[in-house]
Amino acid sequence: MVFLESLKVMGLGMVGIFAVTIILVAVMKLLTKLFPAKTDK
Amino acid sequence: MSEILSLFSNVGNITAQQVVMWVIGGIMIYLGIKKQMEPTLLVPMGFGAILVNLPMSAAVTQKAGELIEAGPLDILFDAGIANELFLLLLFIGIGAMIDFTPLLANPILMLFGAAAQFGIFMTLSLATLFGFSLQDAASVGIIGAADGPTSIFVANYFDSKYLGAIIVAAYSYMALVPIIQPPVIRLLTSKKERTIHMEYSPKSVSRMAKILFPIMITVIAGIVAPKSAPLVGFLMFGNLIRECGVLDSLSDTAQHTMANLVTLILGLTVASRMRAEEFLNVQTLLILLLGLVAFIFDTAGGVIFAKIINLFRKKKINPMIGACGISAFPMSGRVVTQMALKEDPTNILIMQATGVNVSGQIASVIAGGLILGLVPKL
Repeated sequence: MVFLESLKVMGLGMVGIFAVTIILVAVMKLLTKLFPAKTDK
Repeated sequence: MSEILSLFSNVGNITAQQVVMWVIGGIMIYLGIKKQMEPTLLVPMGFGAILVNLPMSAAVTQKAGELIEAGPLDILFDAGIANELFLLLLFIGIGAMIDFTPLLANPILMLFGAAAQFGIFMTLSLATLFGFSLQDAASVGIIGAADGPTSIFVANYFDSKYLGAIIVAAYSYMALVPIIQPPVIRLLTSKKERTIHMEYSPKSVSRMAKILFPIMITVIAGIVAPKSAPLVGFLMFGNLIRECGVLDSLSDTAQHTMANLVTLILGLTVASRMRAEEFLNVQTLLILLLGLVAFIFDTAGGVIFAKIINLFRKKKINPMIGACGISAFPMSGRVVTQMALKEDPTNILIMQATGVNVSGQIASVIAGGLILGLVPKL
């Protein structure tokens, strides 16, 4: 029973971490696009 | 004569278990000093393990019938670890130490940081098969974060009675990254894969992007995983004072003086949870074993994810960099860089490996926050 519950935590945890990561990647891309370094111009 | 003898009466209170703990403490001090394995934590913890296991040691709380004499280490534990204060202060220092530029220059590397958290969740499930409650299993699984403060934070949040063993496992395996990771990487990759060269085009990142980065990360992580707000927030606050350019003195204090002070007290204080009666049991051995499993699955998760990504890419990624997604910084990045150089002396992966390694620091904290949200507190 606890094991099945832990599988649910594993599934949700991995989905959750990838979801947050994808958002963070998008934000980082956006930040570097909106505020490029002077040397990149 | 009897008065003189009474001075040594406490000798009779020494137990075999306490002697075993002195030996364990001695080994930790030896590993810290002689082998340079995480000395900042292992030396104070080793000394603390001896200190708290002296018979009737007043360093920890002693009960004599109705009378309770509070020990300084337990007072420190309640004042700074039970309420997570020391750990959060340490997170400010860690945030101030990290340069996220390699990650901002190549954000996609962050995905490897996420994949390498697989060991946490895999170990959590495995631990339940060994009879651990879901809360204790979560505390054991978080050893795979390869991030000492996050491990302590989560284990303490769930009030795990295995805190001492979890901390010993977390810090020991972090120091053993150069021994644990290479065989796992070699097992999962071919020689051809290990010699894949990756292009690196140095990209500079603007100051504005570096300043906005910690703020944005805090807001997003805090909204999606509110339980991670203190962990991520304090880490990112440290990074903000580093990058803003007007708080160099505070950044310097956070990186050095404050981080050193907290680490000094932390090591000694967590040893209060290494009393023989709590530490010497089968569960401790199981936790040490499961901690190793967590590090192995973290490494495997990152490497296998990179191999999957390669199925869809023309420009192949060296799958070894996936292994750097654990939070052990800079050990993991260094291990992979050296492995790549050993396979092919012209293959320099340091920037990619460092980028993945710093992403692991954010990912491990987010994973900790997700666990706090997904596993109910008893």
